[in-house]
Amino acid sequence: MRAWIERQRGLVDYAVASLRRRRGRNLGLFLAYTLLVFLLASVVLYGDALRREARALLADAPELVVQRLNAGRQDLVPGAWLDKLQGMRGVRGLEGRLWGYYYDPAIAANLTFQVPLEAPPPPGQVGIGAALARARGLEPGDVFSLRTYAGQPYAFTVARILSPASDLASADLLLLHAADYRAFFGLPADVYTDLALRVGNEREVRKVAEKVLERLPGARVIARDEMRRTYEAAFNWRQGLLLTLLSTVLVAFALLAWDKASGLSAEERREIGILKALGWDTGDVLRMKLWEGALVSLGAFLAGYSLAWMHVFHADAPLFTAVLKGWSVLYPAFSLRPQVDLAQLAALAFLSVLPYVAATLVPVWRAATLDPDEVMRG
Amino acid sequence: MSDEKAKRPGLRGSTLASGYLGLLSTCLASLLYFSHVPPHQAEAERAHARAQVAAAGLTDLALFNEARYARNGALADPHAAFQDHPMALEHFPAGSLMPPPARARLD
Repeated sequence: MRAWIERQRGLVDYAVASLRRRRGRNLGLFLAYTLLVFLLASVVLYGDALRREARALLADAPELVVQRLNAGRQDLVPGAWLDKLQGMRGVRGLEGRLWGYYYDPAIAANLTFQVPLEAPPPPGQVGIGAALARARGLEPGDVFSLRTYAGQPYAFTVARILSPASDLASADLLLLHAADYRAFFGLPADVYTDLALRVGNEREVRKVAEKVLERLPGARVIARDEMRRTYEAAFNWRQGLLLTLLSTVLVAFALLAWDKASGLSAEERREIGILKALGWDTGDVLRMKLWEGALVSLGAFLAGYSLAWMHVFHADAPLFTAVLKGWSVLYPAFSLRPQVDLAQLAALAFLSVLPYVAATLVPVWRAATLDPDEVMRG
Repeated sequence: MSDEKAKRPGLRGSTLASGYLGLLSTCLASLLYFSHVPPHQAEAERAHARAQVAAAGLTDLALFNEARYARNGALADPHAAFQDHPMALEHFPAGSLMPPPARARLD
């Protein structure tokens, strides 16, 4: 065992000396590799953390949302639908929701008006999201007015600013009383935007959805599970946001690996030839190159992952915010909660270290199995 | 070369390599250890936000609020991007980040 360790140390000594000889090239490679791992790990950490937040925040969303379709478009739900759904077995809550969008020209942003299902503010008062409060410079007690759909100014008093802890779900919200909502948008008293159903037993959701469709054939029923899956998909490896960001990183990584696999420099081939002529066997040459590749890739992985962790969880991912923000004015300010996922760490290490080491070994193996004389002559 | 060796006797390449990997591993391990939030603690921190979401009856995140079809992605029409006009090309960046609602896909 001791002899084996000493042998490996000798090989590592040589690998380090070899890395030092081509210092500039290897440093450049290390930095590029670190950057690649940093981007890859940032994307994965960010996506995972966002998915976790979405799953946790939407855990208490209504189990079913019922929309009315009119000639293929979503339309207002008549109050009579509430009566039709009354008394359904398995349903422990049924409410009409009122929500909609409003473009606020003063800050050039889309606001979401919503009448809360529980504890709505008194008429004339509103609760506003923290991002909206920041954008408009509002404090509790301030009065501001918005122009209604009839063209008249409508004054609201800020009763409270929603906690920044829920910014991810409430940044652009304006919570108001149903009477204000109807007066502002000019809606009659017996219509709703959609209906929210609370189902007691999670396993009965599908059955309840079927019963809703039996009673209301023109409805579209959306289950909470589908809402959650929409966000799972948005932050999934294969689709949406992550694919957009990840594709460039993966292409760059493939280029790096391909460049390494496509061949050795004349100097490296000569070096292998000399080592073989000095008595190194093919196994030793491969082991030494394996150490060389492992030192570069493992180091780059550790550095890249550490930087990615700091970028996502300590600096709030400034690189991705710019992408996600798009044209949003009321972008939520949120910090993601770090959570160590060993399987994800292992998968990233596997994906970033192994392909590079394997790509380095192929040309070395090809050169090391040749006759030393042939290799040195090129 | 001989001068350098005389100045640093015994500092072999393998010692340098293990020091370099050890340092990086320690940095990463301490970063993970000191900033990790256990799942139950994270859940406790989110409780307020969850209560807010439940009270308001929200169904979506406010992450993509630049376009109305992306703001409530889970409730949007499956062909939301083209709801205004059949030739309406996507012009909001959010449209390329937000996939169609889950029920619009076959799985």
